[in-house]
Amino acid sequence: MPPITRLFIKASLLYLVAAFFVGVILVLRPMYDLPAITAGFSPIYFHLFMVGWVMQLIVGVAYWMFPKWSKTQPRGHDSLALATFWLLNAGLLLRVVAEPAQMVSAWTGWGWLIVASATLQWLAGLAFVANTWPRVKEK
Amino acid sequence: MPRLSVWFVRAALIYLTLGFTFGGLMLANKGVPIHPLIWRLLPSHIEFLLFGWTIQLAFGVAFWILPRWQTQRGNVRPAWAAFLLLNGGIWLVVAGSWFNWPAWTLVSGRLLETAAVAAFAWHAWPRVKPWVEGSP
Repeated sequence: MPPITRLFIKASLLYLVAAFFVGVILVLRPMYDLPAITAGFSPIYFHLFMVGWVMQLIVGVAYWMFPKWSKTQPRGHDSLALATFWLLNAGLLLRVVAEPAQMVSAWTGWGWLIVASATLQWLAGLAFVANTWPRVKEK
Repeated sequence: MPRLSVWFVRAALIYLTLGFTFGGLMLANKGVPIHPLIWRLLPSHIEFLLFGWTIQLAFGVAFWILPRWQTQRGNVRPAWAAFLLLNGGIWLVVAGSWFNWPAWTLVSGRLLETAAVAAFAWHAWPRVKPWVEGSP
């Protein structure tokens, strides 16, 4: 398994655990007086699961298993694959912090950090598509 | 990768781009309000990423890697039908949500998607079989 794939899959496993942990907090909310910041956890829970776990696992396995692009660059541009990893994770982690924080804090900077998070994740998606598209070809 | 898988996976990548673009716009709009109409992208964001990206990618990869009979993938017509029905269904549901079309368009879209997954299951069912020596 290539190192970049290991990076994606290990990160995806961490997100899976984190998503389930946030899921526990969400079911505890109606029962206990938890901090107000937990009110913003629903979209975080869903995106930790779908972007952090499902998407990242797919990206890692696709990078590993999809048809080879060429003999010299069998998995396309590694720089694009690494960019996908860092952009996706930076964007998602920024969202995890900024989105709930915006609900309990009047600081306008949180809003701009959410915009940055959206931009980083969008760029990650584009980098993945750009690197994967040429590998999707008939044999 | 067989031709149908190429169609499935490339379509999935297009839906991923659209779904991420819509999701990015909605998230940015949450941080710094841009326009209230951006929230109307939510149904298409979900539709594109759940059905257009995830399911379509799974179908494309399954068609490619499930066990074959020598070089044959069995009856491929239902799998091609699944591709057409799934994409028709997705766009019917999405267009209905964008243009406020009557509820029957949503029902029709969902019925097409249901027919798509049934057609793919019909194709894939016999390929889920034990390994036999000499088969790929």
